[in-house]
Amino acid sequence: MLIPMGGERMTDKAKPVLDLGRIDEIVSRHKGREGALLPVLREVQDFVGYLPREALERVALGLGLSLSKVYGVATFYTLFYTEPKGRHVIRVCESAPCHVQGAREVVEALQKELGVSFGETTPDGRFTLELVSCLGVCGVAPAIMVDDRVYGNLTPETVVAVLQEYR
Amino acid sequence: MHFYRAHVLVCAGTNCSLRGSRAVRERLAGELARRGLDGEIKVVETGCFGLCEQGPTVVVYPEGVLYCRVTPDDVPELVEEHLLKGRRLERLLYRETAAKAVQTVPQMDFFQGQVRVVLRRCGVIDPDSVEEYIAHGGYQALGKALTQMKPAEVVEEIKASGLRGRGGAGFPTGLKWEFASKAKGDVKYIVCNADEGEPGTFKDRLILEGDPHAILEGMAIAGYAVGARKGYVYIRGEYGLSIQRLERAILQARELGLLGEDIFGSGFGFDVEVRVGAGAYVCGEETALFESLEGGRGEPRLKPPYPTEVGLFGKPTVINNVETLANVPPIIQNGPKWFRQFGTERCPGTKVFTLTGDIVNEGLIEVPMGITLREVIFGIGGGIPGGRGFKMAQTGGTSGGCLPVQLLDVPMDYDELAKVGAALGSGALLVMDDTHCIVDIARVFARFFEHESCGKCVPCREGTMRIHEIVCRIATGEATPKDLDNLEALARTMALACLCPLGQAAPVPVMTTLKYFRDEYEAHIYEKRCPTGTCRTLAGRPALTAAGKGV
Repeated sequence: MLIPMGGERMTDKAKPVLDLGRIDEIVSRHKGREGALLPVLREVQDFVGYLPREALERVALGLGLSLSKVYGVATFYTLFYTEPKGRHVIRVCESAPCHVQGAREVVEALQKELGVSFGETTPDGRFTLELVSCLGVCGVAPAIMVDDRVYGNLTPETVVAVLQEYR
Repeated sequence: MHFYRAHVLVCAGTNCSLRGSRAVRERLAGELARRGLDGEIKVVETGCFGLCEQGPTVVVYPEGVLYCRVTPDDVPELVEEHLLKGRRLERLLYRETAAKAVQTVPQMDFFQGQVRVVLRRCGVIDPDSVEEYIAHGGYQALGKALTQMKPAEVVEEIKASGLRGRGGAGFPTGLKWEFASKAKGDVKYIVCNADEGEPGTFKDRLILEGDPHAILEGMAIAGYAVGARKGYVYIRGEYGLSIQRLERAILQARELGLLGEDIFGSGFGFDVEVRVGAGAYVCGEETALFESLEGGRGEPRLKPPYPTEVGLFGKPTVINNVETLANVPPIIQNGPKWFRQFGTERCPGTKVFTLTGDIVNEGLIEVPMGITLREVIFGIGGGIPGGRGFKMAQTGGTSGGCLPVQLLDVPMDYDELAKVGAALGSGALLVMDDTHCIVDIARVFARFFEHESCGKCVPCREGTMRIHEIVCRIATGEATPKDLDNLEALARTMALACLCPLGQAAPVPVMTTLKYFRDEYEAHIYEKRCPTGTCRTLAGRPALTAAGKGV
């Protein structure tokens, strides 16, 4: 069964309609495994691009959990999204080690270049900017992560150059 | 078996990879093949070598010559000079000062004073090769435990070693194992806490990336000691390379019968599964981690009962940090007496630190417990860059305390740091020079905890928010003297009333900065002035003393 989805922005991975059969397949592969919910949500998000309500309902049904439990988990963790994101998610660290090495200026350059603040997506749907706590690459602070790639030792100039790779 | 006349070790840790080590490696392989040297010289991808600030690093053995900041364009010359003609390429040698080029790894100041127990294979072996791990003594400790020792003897050895938890709390590991081994129940678990989220800490990532089998071996020994047959490694979702390497290591170990049923023909079976976190600092707290592993929101549980009685899925569980588990095989192999030759009486062994901030040698080091802050920062760390002055060091990550210059000689172990209101914690060490504003950095600490509070208990949920608000008011010059009293009252309440260490530790960085740098807070409040000119709304105001420089 295919249900049309509402969001205007779709990520690269997002399908125009939600493939519930695929979600069922993911659920059935993990069902019965202890603590299956997080691995299931990860895979569903990798497939859909985010976790829309319809997908959460299907996961809840499949795993025999309440929707509120599934929604509660999906909204607790910063790597799960219940709203569509831009094609590329930029995670910016402004924790102390990055801050000391000049993250503030890097963040300002990023926000100026993109024209958005934290939690927002650029109007063309290309980038979503997020503030995260620590990426664990403090040896090359200040650092950001674009999708799965880490960039370190950034300056206001080099961070703008990084964006060009994704345009 | 094929012998090579030279091994070229290229660091493939995250930091060197970011600086382009992959391109160096590819160029090297191409260049060796082009010159027909690929049959006699082997290129090895290693985990982190520790000198992140000098990456990409290349070490040529058997001499152990270290080359720094190597680019792909340097490769033809490096091959020509060193590997073909046998001459060292001077211009890429590691330099401690402009005049002094260091020839080989053991001669470096950076490694003098370091003792590598946990990191002994990091940057030396190919982490994707179980054969190299075994060739460097790997899985011997597991073999010894399973074939020559009773479970209770393993527990006794760990107890006698005095090993304490390296995740931050410093609880005696042997005692934890003993509780779990005596707990009732057929099903028990070993959990490796690899949810390393403390800002400034990346040691567990580099251990997992550089020596993944050591963790599996440590977990299997723990499983044998307490009677657990299943282990979980909970790794944070951001650590892609660690997850990949560990999963490969598990497959290799299963294939060789080092995990699975009847290991070493002993009848003991143990297997490990990797579980990936989804982004929550609080999941580093052990009971929150269990909640997350069980598929729920990562919110801490009330203790007691402790995990050794009621842990994962309600079963007795040993949960140990990555570095703690990495210490287990060498202790079993060499004995507690050997282990106790390092470190102090109450805190034996070594500690891995990650050096960040305003320090020359940013990166990963391993030193005996009890070394002073001064030795770490100004010895191994190479001091403060640019000739600037030392202002403060924060030990233990963002939840740790901030130490001023007068405490530079404090020994770094669990007990001594606790005496000055700081913590050894995860081993993060953030150094700040005198250009940084204390209030500005306190604001960053406070924002972190507000962001990461899980919201389960009120003192933490509300307290972290109020602390952040107050520190922001101080930074913008809107605070009143009453705000300092409120900060202190909040800190006392949170330390007493918060459910888990996140909330209990949240006020620590703000309170230690207030204790040691009160004058700087007061300048912001009474004089509406930021002495370093960092807090912008206050910068540009006329300086009341010569210290204010404005930006």
